[in-house]
Amino acid sequence: MSGIIDIADLTVAYDRRPAVHHVTGSFARGSLTAIVGPNGAGKSTLIKTIVGLMHPSTGRVERHGLGRRDIAYLPQQADIDRSFPINVADTVALGLWNETGLWGAIKPKGWNRVADALAHVGLEGFGHHPIAALSAGQFQRVLFARLLLQDAPVILLDEPFAAIDERTTTDLLAIIQHWHEAGRTVIAVLHDMEQVRHHFPQTLLLARELIGWGPTSQVLTDDALHRARALAQGWTNSHNHPAGHAA
Amino acid sequence: MSFYATTIAPFADYGFMRRALIACLALALGSGPIGTFLVLRRMSLTGDAMSHAILPGAAIGFLVAGLSLWAMSVGGLVVGLAVALLAGIVSRATSLREDASLAGFYLISLALGVLIVSTRGSNVDLLHVLFGSILSVDDQALLLVASISTLSLVALAFIYRPLVVECFDPGFLRAVAGRGSLYHVVFLVLVVLNLVAGFQALGTLMAVGLMMLPAAAARFWASAVWSLAALSAFIAFVSGWAGLLVSYNFNLPSGPAIILTAGAVYSFSIVFGRHGSLRNRYFPGAHFHN
Repeated sequence: MSGIIDIADLTVAYDRRPAVHHVTGSFARGSLTAIVGPNGAGKSTLIKTIVGLMHPSTGRVERHGLGRRDIAYLPQQADIDRSFPINVADTVALGLWNETGLWGAIKPKGWNRVADALAHVGLEGFGHHPIAALSAGQFQRVLFARLLLQDAPVILLDEPFAAIDERTTTDLLAIIQHWHEAGRTVIAVLHDMEQVRHHFPQTLLLARELIGWGPTSQVLTDDALHRARALAQGWTNSHNHPAGHAA
Repeated sequence: MSFYATTIAPFADYGFMRRALIACLALALGSGPIGTFLVLRRMSLTGDAMSHAILPGAAIGFLVAGLSLWAMSVGGLVVGLAVALLAGIVSRATSLREDASLAGFYLISLALGVLIVSTRGSNVDLLHVLFGSILSVDDQALLLVASISTLSLVALAFIYRPLVVECFDPGFLRAVAGRGSLYHVVFLVLVVLNLVAGFQALGTLMAVGLMMLPAAAARFWASAVWSLAALSAFIAFVSGWAGLLVSYNFNLPSGPAIILTAGAVYSFSIVFGRHGSLRNRYFPGAHFHN
């Protein structure tokens, strides 16, 4: 394997119950990959393990020297407290973390970049708004602005379009496309198969175990999707969900 | 009575009132910001549980050295931290959630503390540990409280950014900086330290009051983390000042008077606050634009 991120026989478990089971494969440098699968298939678990937020039970994720600053991560909106008293500009400015670190001040140039990033996602002049006043779509634009500032070669997105309006989805898909054209590696957990077929050349189909990984048209076949659904049916019947965790 | 006689004279005339006021100021500067982060991290009840967990430590200190400030403070600090640590370990090693394991440990420590003090000390001692006595704060206690506040503000300044990010987007913090739990641990140490400071003045049962009530009240008025922290400290100090005056003028115990004053500010804020108050929710036409 010789991708930008390689996965070797990866198993990740909650309370000894595997949420991702013996997955092996490789994300090519500059690829644009969708991770799809039924609920509880381990999609978020896989992406969190690649970021380093969860640890493999067995197997490994080979990042080939990529450090924290080289991987930008968009958490699920559900994992973020949107009632927190912070404004839009300060949230976006967190994207400068690699430059400011724990204590560094943000210089006027940095604030200019924050303003540019906000304009890029269509939120010009929103800097002073508290995040609590934003719609889900506007807030997702804020998080994409933060990703823009992180300027990382690898970008991981966990359900970027869940509960997001259509217009925002279109705008953000254009940004993802732009990242892809610029040679960045983008990996996104998605649900909408049509969206995946139209915009994502590569797909990783997961049902705790790997069903398929490769060009989207070859992976998203009726047979493969049926197999994934049948496996998911099996977990539901045996109540074998990893207890209490979104997998 | 004149304004001067009711509000300033007690402090001008009596050294113990001045010391109590300064103790309130020092407590407010540390507890205000710490309380703000407890509220923002949805850990309000954790603060309460921790304050009870301090009791057996203070009691053991009392057992060893009598009513010694340092022995009781060190005891409270050690046991408070041990309970926080044990609760964290139990919730990670078992399926019990952290709030439940913390509740378990603090109830055990509370009972243990009362048991130790009541078997070996008098009722007066027990009352002192449970309810404190801000009017008998001496120079040594004042130094301890002021040192803890200073240390807290400096430590908060060092971990401010990761602490804020961990509150609202923990996944992002761990992705860019790793070690989210390190900041959590430092923060818990600061919580216990401030509770130890508070229990000198307000006792283990009410030490958390000056931490939580001003912070919860400030949530209805301020809308940024720094202004919440500053306002909490201000409300805590004003509550201390007004509470002391109420206690002096009406001959009431000072600890409850201070906490009830903070409670009055909190109640007023629930009804009239600028953000999310009852007035704001149910009479939206009556408020000026925020």
